[in-house]
Amino acid sequence: MGNMKLNLKIWRQAGPNDKGQMKDYPVSNVSEDMSFLEMLDVLNDDIVRKGDDPIAFDHDCREGICGSCSLFINGEAHGPGKGITTCQLHMRRFKDGDTIHVEPWRAQAFPVIKDLATNRSAFDRIQAAGGFVSINTSGNLVDGNAVPIPKDDADKAFDAATCIGCGACVATCPNGSAMLFTAAKVSQLSLLPQGKPERKRRALAMVEQMDKEGFGNCSNTGACEIECPKNISLEHIARLNREYLAATVTKE
Amino acid sequence: MITVPAKRTYRLAEVSANIIDQCVAQGVPFARDYGGLLDNRSFGGVQVSRTFYARGQTGQQLLLGAYSALMRQVGKGAVQMYDRHEMLDVVVVDGKARGIIARNLITGEIERHGAHAVLLCTGGYGNVFFLSTNAMGSNVTAAWKAHKRGAYFGNPCYTQIHPTCIPVSGTHQSKLTLMSESLRNDGRIWVPKNIEDAKAIREGKKKGSDIAEGDRDYYLERRYPAFGNLVPRDVASRAAKERCDAGFGVNKTGEAVYLDFSAAIERYGKLEANVKKIENPSKEKIIELGRAVVSEKYGNLFDMYENIVGENPYDHAMKIYPAVHYTMGGLWVDYNLQTTVPGLFCLGEANFSDHGANRLGASALMQGLADGYFVIPYTVGDYLADDIRTGPIDTKRPEFDAAEKEQKDRINHFLNNKGTKPVDDFHRRLGKVMWDKCGMARNAQGLQEAITEIRQIREEFYRDVRVPGKNSEFNQELEKAGRVADFLELGELMCMDALNRNESCGGHFREEYAETDGPQQGEAKRDDANYAYVAAWEWTGDAGKANLHKEALVFDEVKLTQRSYK
Ligand SMILES: Cc1cc2nc3c(=O)[nH]c(=O)nc-3n(C[C@H](O)[C@H](O)[C@H](O)COP(=O)(O)OP(=O)(O)OC[C@H]3O[C@@H](n4cnc5c(N)ncnc54)[C@H](O)[C@@H]3O)c2cc1C
Ligand code: SF4
Ligand code: FES
Repeated sequence: MGNMKLNLKIWRQAGPNDKGQMKDYPVSNVSEDMSFLEMLDVLNDDIVRKGDDPIAFDHDCREGICGSCSLFINGEAHGPGKGITTCQLHMRRFKDGDTIHVEPWRAQAFPVIKDLATNRSAFDRIQAAGGFVSINTSGNLVDGNAVPIPKDDADKAFDAATCIGCGACVATCPNGSAMLFTAAKVSQLSLLPQGKPERKRRALAMVEQMDKEGFGNCSNTGACEIECPKNISLEHIARLNREYLAATVTKE
Repeated sequence: MITVPAKRTYRLAEVSANIIDQCVAQGVPFARDYGGLLDNRSFGGVQVSRTFYARGQTGQQLLLGAYSALMRQVGKGAVQMYDRHEMLDVVVVDGKARGIIARNLITGEIERHGAHAVLLCTGGYGNVFFLSTNAMGSNVTAAWKAHKRGAYFGNPCYTQIHPTCIPVSGTHQSKLTLMSESLRNDGRIWVPKNIEDAKAIREGKKKGSDIAEGDRDYYLERRYPAFGNLVPRDVASRAAKERCDAGFGVNKTGEAVYLDFSAAIERYGKLEANVKKIENPSKEKIIELGRAVVSEKYGNLFDMYENIVGENPYDHAMKIYPAVHYTMGGLWVDYNLQTTVPGLFCLGEANFSDHGANRLGASALMQGLADGYFVIPYTVGDYLADDIRTGPIDTKRPEFDAAEKEQKDRINHFLNNKGTKPVDDFHRRLGKVMWDKCGMARNAQGLQEAITEIRQIREEFYRDVRVPGKNSEFNQELEKAGRVADFLELGELMCMDALNRNESCGGHFREEYAETDGPQQGEAKRDDANYAYVAAWEWTGDAGKANLHKEALVFDEVKLTQRSYK
């Protein structure tokens, strides 16, 4: 155990209909090698031993892959540091005596489940609206090398594909827009020959679902790109806008 | 005669050729070369470049590809998703799997779902060790409950320990992070030759870079000249443990070895200088150029490492140590991926098939995708054909009542228990017993002790665990309690299985069974005459009294020989 002392201010909310409030939690014995979530584990361990209700938060892979961790720390999605998720944030970025505010993602489309855990299934529904290539998983397909893909396109598609659907972009956006997420999904597929045939339908359907879910409009503040743990570029939003425009113009 | 395991593996080899094509068609962005064709690279256990990849996150990209295919079906209404639900039991009616009991993790409601067939794709159980590279939510509950309803558990003790993970930093540690195996393509693994140097490093008096080239022991290259740093995972892991146990570990805990890129940086730097036509480049220039190449290849992994460890791996060699990564064992399945309970199928890491005692890199997703995409659509159809007139399954049957009651009683026990310790306390203790006594190296005495200790922890767990809150809410401690209860039974079975297998093979290394002399000295010693079988365990009502069934492994085309990476 380390010897950092911190003053945590954490959002507690019993359920979606509860009003919720910030509560103080002093913690000591924090080591700089701990991840932020491990620091919360230590706090929860203490809370349980005292017979109180531990703080709920989402997490799974704890290595920046699954996108489930989702804390708004000191006013920043995933806390300080660029290109990392909350689970990759380590306590060495904080100093002894710091006060740290911990809140859930706040967005109309992501209702709170409890405390710091939010329901982000709206993203699943955007994906289900068109974030795929319409082929069956039968294996009766042409050779993966039949259509060569220029390395540059493959690399760009890969950059977009690194989106983990965490929702930091939404939580950061003053309008609660899901443009960066949606753009990443649309871009990945529209850059690849396999995704091109469906590009019009995809862009229209995904944007329509995004609006339906109650996400706000994109006003190009660029905040999302700064907080995105996977450095998804605004370029993809520009691409989505082009895809969408082209699709609307040529729609039957 | 071809036995089922051999036939299944043969089929996997056949159908897996389509996986990359399938994934490409789904829009998975594999690496391409400049000609636009799919690129390959090398991986542990092979000497040729045979692995398709997507930078350092192939697994993740294949998963996202499968997710998009699934969401397409959800969008069509062909699949209904129940996210944030946990399966707690299988319901067996007249000998057939006819549904499940599940808990809605948000409302706590216990639900009954009737079904003509049940497919478990619930992943591996590496978290029985508490610390592993698996996600925190990975657990054995679904498979274990199926086991308790009659499904045999195959080879439970076969665990893969991955050599390149970030070492444990303290007691707060909640999981271990894997550094991609691809790093072994360019990184060289070593510890100091002299024990004094290792000691000085541990005490912070020396750094890795202070150790002269001649004083470094590149032990994999020394012991396995043909494969060097690319020996299979089990061999690399055991070799690291061997050095650290002998006192050559290089971090505070003594459980770490170096993974060093300085040679690669220099080699790439020289090549770059040639490409850039720089004559007589300075050492600094070479390093600068080389770092750029290494950063291009592994930059994200290096950043990840620096983030966790707080040390720049370009300046200081990385420190790594083996960690639990994958479980080859799992529910026993037949050629159709059906368990010993008719109508209950098991796919992916949750089943025991295909990897034997030792899985090679990149093959987990190959198997999982083959199971799900190419095998089950045919075999489950075959099973359902006989049930075409069955009609909807009645979930009001007494079997559902009984299964639901059992789960509710267990939940109530946890919530009403007036214990003092959080769930993790018991999980951590179980994990330590498993790691120390049923981990990279095992012996009969340790395994016997482990069984006794696990029973004690289990008894204490039911008596002294404290689970706060109610059932009717999002209650993560309650979720964990149920999972740890199942791990506490599984752990005992794993030790029994390891104790039963009086030989060393793949990931299962029994210290009593190692080659004592000859070129393979110290390596695993199999006993094919007595143990060439799958151990399939049947639950008989108590974790310690499982019944062993043997499925013979028969080899017609290939002869069983000893592995050699020398
Ligand atoms: C860090 C890491 C890197 C890896 N990299 C590679 C790689 O590059 N190549 C490769 O081939 N393999 C790799 N592997 C291994 C591979 O990822 C796994 O073996 C594979 O994902 C297993 O797939 P699965 O679908 O069988 O199980 P999982 O992916 O584990 O999925 C199981 C799912 O079931 C859910 N579940 C479990 N129990 C229940 C329950 N009771 N009720 C409801 N849901 C439940 C879980 O939440 C989970 O979503 C890697 C593994 C790890 C941990
Ligand atoms: S675009 Fe970035 S911030 Fe948004 S969901 Fe994807 S990874 Fe998260
Ligand atoms: S827990 Fe998976 S990304 Fe943080």
